[in-house]
This record gives sequence, C-alpha cells and structure tokens, in this order.
Amino acid sequence: MSANQTSRGGGPHPAFPHRHLLGIEGLQPQEILGLLDRAEEAIEVSRQVEKKKAVLRGRTQINLFFEASTRTQSSFEIAGKRLGADVMNMSVSSSSVKKGETLIDTAATLNAMHPDILVVRHHAAGAVELLANKIDCSVINAGDGPHEHPTQALLDALTMRRHKGKIARLVVAICGDILHSRVARSNIILLNALGARVKVIAPSTLLPAGIEKMGVEVHSSMKEGLRDADIVMMLRLQRERMAGSFVPSVREYFRYWGLDREKLSYAKPDALVMHPGPMNRGVEIDPEIADGPQSLIREQVEMGVAVRMAALEALAEHLPNK
Amino acid sequence: MADSARPVALINARVMDPSRNLDEAGSVFVADGKILAAGPQASTDTPPEGAEVIDVKGAVVAPGLVDMCVSVGEPGAEHRETLASASEAAAAGGVTTIVTLPETNPVIDDPALVDFLLRRARDTALVNVRPMAALTKGLKGEEMSEIGLLGEAGAVAFTNGHRSIASSRTMRRLLTYARDFGALVIHHTEDPELAANGVMNEGLNASWKGLSGSPREAEFIMLERDLRLVALTRGRYHAQMISCSDSAEAIRQAKRAGLDVTAAVSINHLTLNENDIGPYRTFFKMAPPLREEDDRQAMIGSLADGTIDIVVSNHDPQDVETKRHPFAEAEDGAIGLETLLAAGLRLVHSEDVPLLKLLAAMTCNPARRLGIDAGTLRPGAPADITVFDPDRPWILDETKIRSKSKNTPFEDARFSGHVLMTIVAGRTVYNYA
Repeated sequence: MSANQTSRGGGPHPAFPHRHLLGIEGLQPQEILGLLDRAEEAIEVSRQVEKKKAVLRGRTQINLFFEASTRTQSSFEIAGKRLGADVMNMSVSSSSVKKGETLIDTAATLNAMHPDILVVRHHAAGAVELLANKIDCSVINAGDGPHEHPTQALLDALTMRRHKGKIARLVVAICGDILHSRVARSNIILLNALGARVKVIAPSTLLPAGIEKMGVEVHSSMKEGLRDADIVMMLRLQRERMAGSFVPSVREYFRYWGLDREKLSYAKPDALVMHPGPMNRGVEIDPEIADGPQSLIREQVEMGVAVRMAALEALAEHLPNK
Repeated sequence: MADSARPVALINARVMDPSRNLDEAGSVFVADGKILAAGPQASTDTPPEGAEVIDVKGAVVAPGLVDMCVSVGEPGAEHRETLASASEAAAAGGVTTIVTLPETNPVIDDPALVDFLLRRARDTALVNVRPMAALTKGLKGEEMSEIGLLGEAGAVAFTNGHRSIASSRTMRRLLTYARDFGALVIHHTEDPELAANGVMNEGLNASWKGLSGSPREAEFIMLERDLRLVALTRGRYHAQMISCSDSAEAIRQAKRAGLDVTAAVSINHLTLNENDIGPYRTFFKMAPPLREEDDRQAMIGSLADGTIDIVVSNHDPQDVETKRHPFAEAEDGAIGLETLLAAGLRLVHSEDVPLLKLLAAMTCNPARRLGIDAGTLRPGAPADITVFDPDRPWILDETKIRSKSKNTPFEDARFSGHVLMTIVAGRTVYNYA
C-alpha cells in the first residue's frame, strides 16, 4: 500500500480514469483515495452558507430508481444540485416498467433526452452495467440488487478515515445479512483494497457460498467476531427474512446478532458503530447503541452527500465540453 | 427426601458400564445423588458411612437407560399419558431419562413451553425428563423454530416429530442454522409424497390385506437427501428411526465419509416384523411401519456392527379412541418404555447382539449424542442406575402396565430379563419386590 491513506489538502485532483462508477471492483486504491480526497472538499462546500458550485452547471442528472429509496435518492439529488446540475427524479417502479417496457427500451428513451449523468438503482444485479452499455452518458450505480453499492462503501470509508485517520490495518466487522447485501460486497472489496482486516459475522443462513474466499474472516458468533474490531458495521435485516426462512424470529436474531451494549463491549473500547440505514431498532441494533456516543450513523448521512458530490465531479471531467 | 440423602452400596453386582467398556464383578457406591465408585475395585473398598447395603446377588448393575424418543400426552392429551405416568412406566423399565418429542398440543416450539415441561417434570416425574423442541414452528415443516432460544431454555435437540420436512431448502437452512448453535437436528424420514397414505410396509403382505403400502424408498430416499445436505452444510444430524437395510447402508457410508451423523432404531423394528400385524392388529401400526424379516435382520446386524448407534422405545401412548378403528384409520404408535430393556434382551439371548453393546445403545450413546450428563457409572456422574436380572422369565400382563395407555405390541409376550430396581439421582424410584 504505497498510496497515502490520510487525506491530502486541496488543489487539483488526479483525473478519475473511468467514465462510469459501476462498482468498487476495478478501482485502484489511488482512485478510491482520490475520491475520498475530493469528498473532503465537498464536506467543506456543504458546510458553507453558500453551498453551490458550478461544476455541473447546465448539465442534466437523472436519478433513475427502479427500487424506492428515499435516502439515497435525496442524497444524490442534493449532491447534484450543489454542483449546479439540473436534477430530475424518475421512479420507474410506478410507471413504464409496469406497462411492459424493458430496461433497454427505457435506456433508449432516456438517451434521447440527452442526460449527462444517470444515477441508477435497480433490484437486479448487473442491471446498471447493462444500462451503461446502452446509453451515451456517464452512469453511477446507486445499488444493483445484492451486487454493489459503490457510493455507500465510499461514504463508509470516508467516515472511517475521518475518525481513525486511515483505513489500512483497521479491523472492520460487518454484521448481519451479508447474503443479500450489496453494501457488504462493496465494502469488502474497498476495505481489502485499502488494507483493512475485514470480518463478517452472521448466522450461516445469511452468508453467501464461498464467503471465506472473499478475503474476510467468517464468524457466526458476535463474541468472537467482534474481538479487536475498530469499526462495527451493522446491516439491515429485511422483515420478510426474519420470520422463519433465514432466521427464526426477530427476538432470536436480536438476542444473538443484534448489537447491544454487551456485544459492543467485545469490540475495542473505542470502536465506532456504523449502519447504512434505514435501521430496524430492536432488530439488528439496540436504540441505545444506535443513538449512543459510539455511533457514526448520522454522520454517515452527511458523508453520503459529500461522496456523491465527489463522484459526480470526478465523472463530470469526462463529459464532452462541446 | 431422606432416602436420597442416604448413601447406597450395591454389592455382589455384575457391573456393566458401557461408557467405560466395563463388565466385571464388583460394587457400585452412591452418595449425594452421585456415583461414588463403580467396578471391581469398589468391592475391596468399604462402603460410604451410613450406606444402605443392598446385595443384588449377581444381578447386572448398569447405567439407567436413556430413551431418546418418547411421546408423552402432556400437554394436551393427559388422558393418554402424563409426565407422571410415563415416568412410572420408565422407572419400571429401567429408563432413568426420557427424551420427549415436541409433538404435543401445543407443540413445543416456544421457549416458555420448554420451561413449562421442565417445571412439570421436576414437580411430577420420577425420572429425568429432557425435552426436545420442534424443528419448525408448529411442526409444519416451513419456518424454522427458535433453535437458539429453545436450546437455552433446555431443549436438548430438535426434531419435527413423526412428520418429515418435505422442503429440501428448509432442511438445508435448518442444518445450516442449527450448526451455528451446535444443535442436533433429528429427522424422521418418510417422504410424504412417496409414502402417500400408506398404512403399512408396501409389499405382498399389504397387498393381500388390501391395505395401501408405504414403500421403503419413502424412508431412504429422504434419508439420502438429508445426508447429502449434511455433507453440504456440515450440520449435526441424527436419523430418528430407520427401519430398512438401505437406510442403514446410507448411514454407514455417511459415517465413512466423516459426516457428523448418527442413527437410531426402535425396539419394535428389532424385535417385530410386518407379519406380527396378523389380523389387522392396530397396536402394530406404527411409523415407520414394521418391515419384512430381512429388514429386521439388517437392523440387528447394523446395531451389532455399530452403524446404528441408538435404540429407542418410540413410546407413543394411544387409547381406545385412537386405536379401536379399522387398521387404516387407526393412529400410529405403540407404548414401549416398560418393555424396552426386556425386549432388547431377546437379541442378547439369541446371541445377535452382546449385552454391553445393547446397553451402550440405550445409555451412553444417546447421552453422548445429546451432550447430557447421563448414561454412565463414571464416578461423579448422576446416580441414575438400573439393576436387572437378564434371565428372569416373565409374561407381560396388560393389567399391570403402568402407562395410562395400554397399546403394547407385546401383550402376553414372554420375556427373559426383568428390572429389579431403578435409581434416579440416588433415590430408588422402582423396586421389584
């Protein structure tokens, strides 16, 4: 790991060599760190009274969400607007898809409207990449099924770096529904790229096949898994998965895998708690912890806007100027 | 409780402790509810002070039996059997620990119900009661039960009773999830689709009788599926009751492959076959069904060679209201706690299975598989003991059966071998005088 892991000062950033941001997979450590550095500046912008930059002035950003998401969509919307873009939100689940339009049809339709940046969330893994191949503008993956959610991993990394100074050699425990989680996959790739030690903790029914070969330590007990952890990252468990299919019940899940004061005590004393939201208080996390002094959960939301501004700005450099 | 406080010395005994491969003349000393000493060396020691010295005159002194498959009517069918009546039957049969099935009303699928059973047992039962909990909610075979919380409440293993889990996906997830808790998954394998509505073993016998048959394949196809899933998940698995040679072969191969697998057979499938059904006798209707003689011989051989680890009674009290029906309409099930040991001794007298091996399958093997402190005469272990004369002849008299239900397949049967005394935690709970 030769890249400088701590944040660098302002000034021009090294060019981001990709036209799209489809995943963390395929990004070099320096590129990841470059995005984090850009995001540091975006934080400053967001904390000013005058929050507007002109990087995307005159550009059109379409947020194309095939799956509802209040928080990610509004985060991208604010990020785009702060950079001066015209932002349009499309919730496709309620419109054309129901009328039988295919993903490719949608791409062609949108293409004709000449957007500059498309932010896409889709329930199917690989759908965003498929769309990117069929459209002329830059595409950001805002989550494709259980595959990747790159801006979430970046905002998590930014949050960690700001509190722990670096990512390398941090012990990060990712707990909960790894099987269905794009957040987990993107984080595992990013954290490994930056030299962190990653542990995953879940009931075995919520672990994907081959997990032990993904560069992580695998645990089913929180007590063992949380040992030495600097960061405890909790994942959301969908309600429909708690009623006997993957885990028997909410109360059993909380008893063995919900983060409460006792389980958090197995981690390092200065461990910090993260959650991509939205949280199920009393399922995967005790409200006392979610709202407690070790929690970074609110800060993650702020970092989300900054990271999305950084990503939009990095991709904007590839947009044609004439 | 003064009795339990008083030490006991059983002298002139044939001490048989399969947990230590011990079969020698000696004595067994008991104090404070625990085994103090058991074996030949105890004979030269002096009994504990104030001990009641009992000369057993050459009878066998062995660990109390652990019966890993017992149905009790409590809660929900107390008219058939209560924990109290089942425990009396157990004590008379030399059984000191009964492991109960969760197939009650309500089904034992909630930690509070495990707690209830343990309290009822503590207050009413003469012997130890270790409940198993339901593998799936309501035994419906769909949603997994709270294996972690049920285990903490005291469930020693998880079974779906006499109902098989048809969904391979559910079974896979159960094995996977249970492994995180080190929990034992116990399964009765009879593919409900293939078994259709079979009421006895499929074959010539059923055909002549005009009864629909359940093929042996219904058992071993599902067992083979389970064993494949055990290989995939690395779960802990116990075949609740097997009844045919192909099932034994599947278990044999799974063990050879290093899987964490064990199997049990019911005493009925070791000592009876489908011909015993005779003129549609419903006390011989059970699940799995009694098979042909070849399969019974295969069960005996598999017990003798160690493929089958455990022998159970599959005690299942049914009464007139459920049994006095045309064969096809009667409920499955036979009682067996009182006759488990006596019937098992038939295999010893016929020289098919050595006595120490039979005792292992009824004591230390089930105890070890369940991880409970029972089935051994090791010093320090709970003083759960059975004393029996392996040769004493007797005839089962239906009127003397202690179970509330009388559905025994051994009515008027001749046995060689009778329990003389049963001790639980140092206290005598049965005395044949």
